[in-house]
Amino acid sequence: MPAAGVFAAELLVAQNIGFVVIAAVMVVAALRVVTTNNVVHAALWLVTVLAGAAAQYVLLAAEFVAVTQVLVYIGAVMVLFLFGTMLTRARIGAERDLNNPYSRLGIPVAALLLAAMSVAVVSSFGDEQLPAQPRVVSVAEISDQIFGPYLLPFWALSFVLLAAIIGAIVLARKD
Amino acid sequence: MLTSQFLLLGAVLFCIGVYGVIARKNAVLVLMSIEIILNSVNINLLAFALRNGSADGHTFALYIIAVAAAEVGVGLAMVLMVYRNRRSIALDDLSEMRG
Repeated sequence: MPAAGVFAAELLVAQNIGFVVIAAVMVVAALRVVTTNNVVHAALWLVTVLAGAAAQYVLLAAEFVAVTQVLVYIGAVMVLFLFGTMLTRARIGAERDLNNPYSRLGIPVAALLLAAMSVAVVSSFGDEQLPAQPRVVSVAEISDQIFGPYLLPFWALSFVLLAAIIGAIVLARKD
Repeated sequence: MLTSQFLLLGAVLFCIGVYGVIARKNAVLVLMSIEIILNSVNINLLAFALRNGSADGHTFALYIIAVAAAEVGVGLAMVLMVYRNRRSIALDDLSEMRG
């Protein structure tokens, strides 16, 4: 593609700036989740990560998944986490005993994993552009998928959720 | 936008989550790290859905969100019961099933 116009049309400056800003916020927040010594702060940083992920889903033209992410994760899962924190920790504030004694071991493991995955991604997809005018996947199409070819996993998922609800009640009940 | 920028973001978040699972002792914090891992997988799936112009990735991502919600519910119920029995949720205290 020699023409400069093609290049400018595919560059999508605003989307790229948005991606970089949101990605930086997400990475910093995720690092805070795994390094902070306050459980409530970790939960609130996790909200930032999840909201950033929802924003990335919008950038990826997946509005329905983004809305579901906000409803399920930020709405329900975070309330569960905060309840779990409150019910298991009497103390609010910084704590010392949150990490394993050998927690430094995680740094080389994560760095090696990241190096391997980065090499794989860059060598496979190096400069490949996402389509600038993507085919928008409508909610009707997703529902056709769920209730068409993916109906059996949907049933299995329904039973998983039912089992999880009953299991959570049985486990958490005082008797 | 490049395909690889979303995949690299997913890789970075995945590795941060793996570090959290290895380094943390508190069970609630380990569950939070697992949530970061699941979200990085979702970013990858949606990037591939956009790249291939198909709705399959969206369906998988929705299923992953539902399974993650179920997992958090059961996981926190188990953490609650462990706390009720032992007054602690430090994972390396739970060594009764060690062979």
